[in-house]
Amino acid sequence: MKRLRAIGAFWYDFVIGDDWRVAAVVVTALALTALLVHAAGVNAWWLLPVCVFAALGWSLRRATVGPRP
Amino acid sequence: MNSLPLILTVFVACAVEATEALTIVLASGLTREWRSTFQGMAVALVVLAIVVAAVGPALTLVPLGALRLVVGALLAIFGVQWLRKAILRATGHKSLHDEASAYLREVAAAKAATVTSRRGVNDWYAFTLSFKGVLLEGLEVVFIVITFGDNQRNLGAAVIGAAAAVVVITLTGIAVRAPLARLPENAMKFAVGIMLTSFGVFWGSEGAGVSWPGNDASLLGLVPVIALVSLGYTALLRQADRSAGPPVRPSQEEVASS
Repeated sequence: MKRLRAIGAFWYDFVIGDDWRVAAVVVTALALTALLVHAAGVNAWWLLPVCVFAALGWSLRRATVGPRP
Repeated sequence: MNSLPLILTVFVACAVEATEALTIVLASGLTREWRSTFQGMAVALVVLAIVVAAVGPALTLVPLGALRLVVGALLAIFGVQWLRKAILRATGHKSLHDEASAYLREVAAAKAATVTSRRGVNDWYAFTLSFKGVLLEGLEVVFIVITFGDNQRNLGAAVIGAAAAVVVITLTGIAVRAPLARLPENAMKFAVGIMLTSFGVFWGSEGAGVSWPGNDASLLGLVPVIALVSLGYTALLRQADRSAGPPVRPSQEEVASS
């Protein structure tokens, strides 16, 4: 059980990392990009960069609220 | 002599793809572990050779868009996490060595468990990064060779152009490896975060169906923009800290490494 939990923690850390919101924003932005390109015919090359910058800023903001190490 | 334009065209196209693969391999090796990085690269090359031998020209039917989407999404997620950590370390919000937390102890234990259960590879992160980068770019090189070689009915010349590009880029990688290794650790991680995010955004968007303005050349714009935004966040955090009063500053070693 302990070993399973440890392996689960490893894969979570490997794929998701410290902040799951970053992964959620990237996946959502890619889904929206695909939707815009294929359903609306919009070449939304700008969407993922904008979302990545927003996700990074949001994640940094959350991490810096509170005392330093 | 008629083969020369074809060789040069394939050389340039494949050099671009090989440079992208080299960037990922260097990033993985310099910041994680070389042995696992080379293992990932070697396995990717073996997989590539098997796939090419098995399906040959039918390889062009592989859904490259789906592959780009998955690899791009993972690289973008990895890249932003690396940038986040590098910025937090550079601004003193995260210590350089924070392995003391219970969570990381658990992760370290899992890594140890994984080493025993998957013998031979010490660092699966480095292995996977290298494997994905080399496999994806290798497939693109094969596509270029098949497409150009088939169109010109001169597959041999296309193979010569591609092989020359791979050799030149590999030698360049060996030459720049030592100077890059002397950079401070956090500065290197910052740069790797920028490169992973850039490639992730580029490939992920392409996989979602986007056509980048200028195609591959758009990476030359994407990398500096992501670097500037990241440096901007670093400056903003430092400014906010100065306004908030005297914080607990990082040690001299951390400042020097950031």
